[in-house]
Amino acid sequence: MVLHSEVPEDRARGTEDHRSGSSAAETAVYCRGVTKEFGTGEAKVRALRGIDVHIPYGRMTLLVGPSGCGKTTLISIMAGLLDPTAGEVSLLGCDLRSLSGSRLVQFRAENIGFVFQQYNLLPSLTAVENAAVPLIIRGVRRSLAIERAMALMTEVGLRERAQALPAQLSGGQQQRVAIARALVHEPRLLVCDEPTAALDAQSGRTVMNLIRRVTVRSDRAVIVVTHDSRVFDLGDRIIAMSDGLIDNHQREAP
Amino acid sequence: MNWLAWKMLTGDRTKYLGIVFGVAFGTLLIAQQASIFVGLMRRTSSQIIDITSADIWVMDQRQRNVDDIRPMPDSRLGRVRGVTGVEWAVRLSKSMIRVRTLAGDFTQAILVGVDDGSFTGAPLEMLQGQHSDLRRPDGVILDFDGYRQLFPGEPVRVGRVLDMNDRRAVVVGICRVTPPFQTFPVIYTRYSQAVQFMPPQRNTLSFILAKAEPGRQPQELSQRISQQTGLKALTWDEFFWLNIGYYIENTGIPVNFGITVTLGFIVGGAIAGQTFYLFTLENLRQFGSLKAMGVTNLRLIGMILLQASIVGIMGYGIGLGASALFFELTERSGQADLRGMWVPWQVAVIAAGAVGLIIVLSSLLSLRRVLVLEPAMVFR
Repeated sequence: MVLHSEVPEDRARGTEDHRSGSSAAETAVYCRGVTKEFGTGEAKVRALRGIDVHIPYGRMTLLVGPSGCGKTTLISIMAGLLDPTAGEVSLLGCDLRSLSGSRLVQFRAENIGFVFQQYNLLPSLTAVENAAVPLIIRGVRRSLAIERAMALMTEVGLRERAQALPAQLSGGQQQRVAIARALVHEPRLLVCDEPTAALDAQSGRTVMNLIRRVTVRSDRAVIVVTHDSRVFDLGDRIIAMSDGLIDNHQREAP
Repeated sequence: MNWLAWKMLTGDRTKYLGIVFGVAFGTLLIAQQASIFVGLMRRTSSQIIDITSADIWVMDQRQRNVDDIRPMPDSRLGRVRGVTGVEWAVRLSKSMIRVRTLAGDFTQAILVGVDDGSFTGAPLEMLQGQHSDLRRPDGVILDFDGYRQLFPGEPVRVGRVLDMNDRRAVVVGICRVTPPFQTFPVIYTRYSQAVQFMPPQRNTLSFILAKAEPGRQPQELSQRISQQTGLKALTWDEFFWLNIGYYIENTGIPVNFGITVTLGFIVGGAIAGQTFYLFTLENLRQFGSLKAMGVTNLRLIGMILLQASIVGIMGYGIGLGASALFFELTERSGQADLRGMWVPWQVAVIAAGAVGLIIVLSSLLSLRRVLVLEPAMVFR
């Protein structure tokens, strides 16, 4: 693994290391000059201040930085959940500005998987039913959706607990269900928001290892937002952020 | 997605049952109180309801309802019979009378004097005896509930003796009638006999019941009777609604029941609305996740409306069922107070409308929260 720390300050601030050099075909997400402002007048907050970044396929990219640095805003924009104030975002080869309303919603349903910090499982559904939700949203017959979800449950090691309700599972187990849910519809982009934040160190590492093992493949990009330094070594790339900009501390696997 | 909406709704049983209870409570209050109101209003017209053979009721011009008797001279009968288009016309008397049983109990009763020859005006449903038994000396027909008031706990049978204005009367028949508003016993006898039971008075004719000749419109005939006799002549419908209108305008009954029904709507709506809104708030993160995962606003609206409809239909069914059960049980228990009352279909429709409004209002609050929800909130 290589830590890129030699990037000149003036170039690195606000800009991802260009020496990682991915071609368009290898890039799942491409952001250029992305800014995001909240509020107006004196209450205006600039959450992102001109971000240039790309997320390649086949790698697990960690987006790290202190609280309030803009990580969550950036992945919200990358996932098409939030519109940038300015800048260009290309997601899976598609300019997000060309997608609006229901087309964008459908694009998300088909192409993006989410793992949330608080798991966000539906408490009244069993683990396997929760894992099947993205397929049900896409209109897949329930029995078929659950059958496919069960295969993912096996992959994340929870086949035996498939019929348990979320309240009957530990935090780590719930996050594994959330991972199964995020993958069940075979998304091309997986967005994980602080997946280890609510877990103890051992469970966090287990979950991160699981994410590495079952999610990373050549036709999928994985972004993990985290500030848990104990799992930094599990990422293929690290993009550090501070104060709404990409920091110059980046590391890339050889 | 319907399955998902159902599972989300029923997942939190306490809230789910709370919403259903709120709707059921509102429905129960609305349906039960409105039905009692309708039942009471019907009771004010009980004597009109029970006489179906006549098309037209003729009475004194100043009479305002069926109890506000302004006796007419018997000669008015001839005038009505003389109007072209009248197939037949008969006398009917109605008065309040004090009754004493042989045990010495006094009570007020409604005395109805029916036509001596045809028994027009006599009760429709006889439990014991028959109309022709009224021809027997001092014969009267007593209604079942009245019998139980006058002879509590005793076997129901004919042959009992009553005292009305110091005159002996023999119960020759037991009948079932629409319970009157005052819940007094109803006693039927021949017109000529009723006159003997009443306190002495110059005029005793309360109503003239008339039938239109075949092919004649009762409405048109009643107008002609009014024009030619100077009496008030009303069709069955007109008299029924005049009577109910009088009680609605001149008593506090509609206001009292109206307040209760309104309270039922407000309290039921508040419970259901608030609980449903809380349910949505607690599931906001889940709704946000669904949005992020690709559920459109339209489908979320569908899910919330489905959830609201489910609790609405269930609450309405339970509330209406409980109302119907209440009236069924009171009927079977033999309680005269609420006997003969039921949930009319019009009340069921009104209650459904009220529940619909409760559900729409509850849904609107929830829908607003979900529609303005930013899917990005799931990352916060």
